[in-house]
Amino acid sequence: MCGDRHGSPVPDLTSKLRVLMNSTLFVLASLDGLSYAALVFLVSVGLSLIFGVLRIVNVAHGSLYAFGAYLAATLSLLVTPISPWLTYPALLVASLVIGIVAGGLIERLLLSRVYGREEVLQLLITFAVFMIMDNLQRMIWGVQPIYAAEPLKLLPNVSIFGVSYTSYQVIVLPVVAVLALFGLRYFLRRTLMGSVILAVTEDREAATAIGINAQRVYLITFIIGATLAALGGALASPTTSLVPGMGTEMIVLSFAVAATAGLGQIEGTAITALAIGMARAFVIYLQPEFEVLVPYLIMVAVLLVRPEGLFGATKLRKI
Amino acid sequence: MAGRSSALTWTLAAVLFAAGVIPILIPSMATLVVLILAKGIVVLGIIILLQAGQVSFGHAMFFAAGAYTAGFWGKYLGVGDLVAYLVVGTVIATVLGLLVGLFVVRYREIFFGMLNLAFSMVLWSLLEKLFHLTNGADGMRVPRPTVFGMVFSPESFQYVLLYLTLAIAIVATIAVQRFLESPTGNMLRAIKSNETRLEYLGVSARRILLIGYVISAALGGIGGVLVAVAQQIATPEFAYWTKSGEFVFIAILGGVGNAMGAFAGSAVFELVRFYASAQLANSWQLILGVVLIAIILFAPNGLIGLWKRQRAARDES
Repeated sequence: MCGDRHGSPVPDLTSKLRVLMNSTLFVLASLDGLSYAALVFLVSVGLSLIFGVLRIVNVAHGSLYAFGAYLAATLSLLVTPISPWLTYPALLVASLVIGIVAGGLIERLLLSRVYGREEVLQLLITFAVFMIMDNLQRMIWGVQPIYAAEPLKLLPNVSIFGVSYTSYQVIVLPVVAVLALFGLRYFLRRTLMGSVILAVTEDREAATAIGINAQRVYLITFIIGATLAALGGALASPTTSLVPGMGTEMIVLSFAVAATAGLGQIEGTAITALAIGMARAFVIYLQPEFEVLVPYLIMVAVLLVRPEGLFGATKLRKI
Repeated sequence: MAGRSSALTWTLAAVLFAAGVIPILIPSMATLVVLILAKGIVVLGIIILLQAGQVSFGHAMFFAAGAYTAGFWGKYLGVGDLVAYLVVGTVIATVLGLLVGLFVVRYREIFFGMLNLAFSMVLWSLLEKLFHLTNGADGMRVPRPTVFGMVFSPESFQYVLLYLTLAIAIVATIAVQRFLESPTGNMLRAIKSNETRLEYLGVSARRILLIGYVISAALGGIGGVLVAVAQQIATPEFAYWTKSGEFVFIAILGGVGNAMGAFAGSAVFELVRFYASAQLANSWQLILGVVLIAIILFAPNGLIGLWKRQRAARDES
């Protein structure tokens, strides 16, 4: 995504490490990691939120990310002739449209019919959605890479510790991620709707008994989660070429982040996304062939020691 | 009840007979039938785990282990024998299953699924990135092996492969059905219904699940070898999470209550994929997705469940 800047290959790992530590490469890798972590966080936190409330792992989450990216690119290319600055609202509109329309339809038409059913059926119904969306994506946008870097090009580069980087990636993306983090915290802990969501998560029956409409809570939660995934995609679209399979990769990555953090842990997801994003960025400079391995190795290592995740609460055994 | 289960046995016999005869009449079907049977063998393993209520979203790692056994053999040892591929591939998948199993059987439900996913993605990354060993994303070519030391022409080889696969599928189906009806199989089901009670009986639930897990890994390895030989290639995609999802899909499609569901599901899956990609350009995934949703919402016991329901209705009238 943003890691194709590494210099000429240095054969020895220790000498590479020395170069990395003593040079601007260190700053570069950190900035790569930061911008990447911001995107991964947005997608993962949506997945985590949905699981926390609905107890369903949304396999189609990566597809929502990809749809967000593709629709954002389409809208961006559409509005660029009018005014390139319109591409920013276009990114936002794209993520809202995907989150509300696709997310709403998935929850209302499908998920709402399988609550309380076997876990494998819940998992597979989202797998079916993934298959359908993956296919639709190819039908609508084809298989040729799509570029829409207008929002990235509009903003100037910034110099950080002597390294020039696009301000879109090192300022806009992290700021949006932090806003999403605090927004979610505020929403869940300080608003009535947030309390209602937490109540349903804690004890659905008791919440229903005091007049809370659990169906509506599930719908709203899923739409928020889906919108976050689509927002991640929309914001990623200027920084990368859109190709089929981008969603397939993102879903496992966001699984890895969410599971490592502990499913349902919002702040934990932010920290884990940052850690995995950084680790990945540094590995790209040190040993690029192991880049994809990093998140999964971290996930395996963490889950083996703490299956409930780094920040998850230990579940008591039910007797 | 007895009458119905023997009816099922007869149908199984008829279906397997068809699998053996149709390709003689239509030679182009031979490879397709091999794929159906081989994937059915993998899905038998998924069904074993589903009996315990556990979903593995990473079983493709054992499938890939079997497939890459054939691939590595071809690259480093030259053309081998199909029987040797099968034996070694199964052993490797079984050992891998034991190693991974020792870790994952401590967890249940979503954690079980997640850990399996993580392990399989590690394998996928290695297969894709260790380019000098595995040829990376291009995959490894699997040259046509000898069978019991005999060399076959491509035309006769596809039939040899077909009948060998058919034989393995029959043996595997009977063995899995027996296993599920055995005391261990019943204890496996108890993990799903009430694990605590199982433990109170003095049985180690982890050990029971590990037995099921290792068997399912071995079945994954066998299927992997057969598919790699039939398609003459092993690629990292074999270990990707979508492949694991596909196996669980086929299990649910066929119905998890019966070992035969694996082959019913596999046949429908591969036939839809084969004909939809030939007739309706690039929409097979869409069609299969819709089929899966329909099965989950309207026939949660899968095709075998549908078939049984229809028979029961006919018996009553």
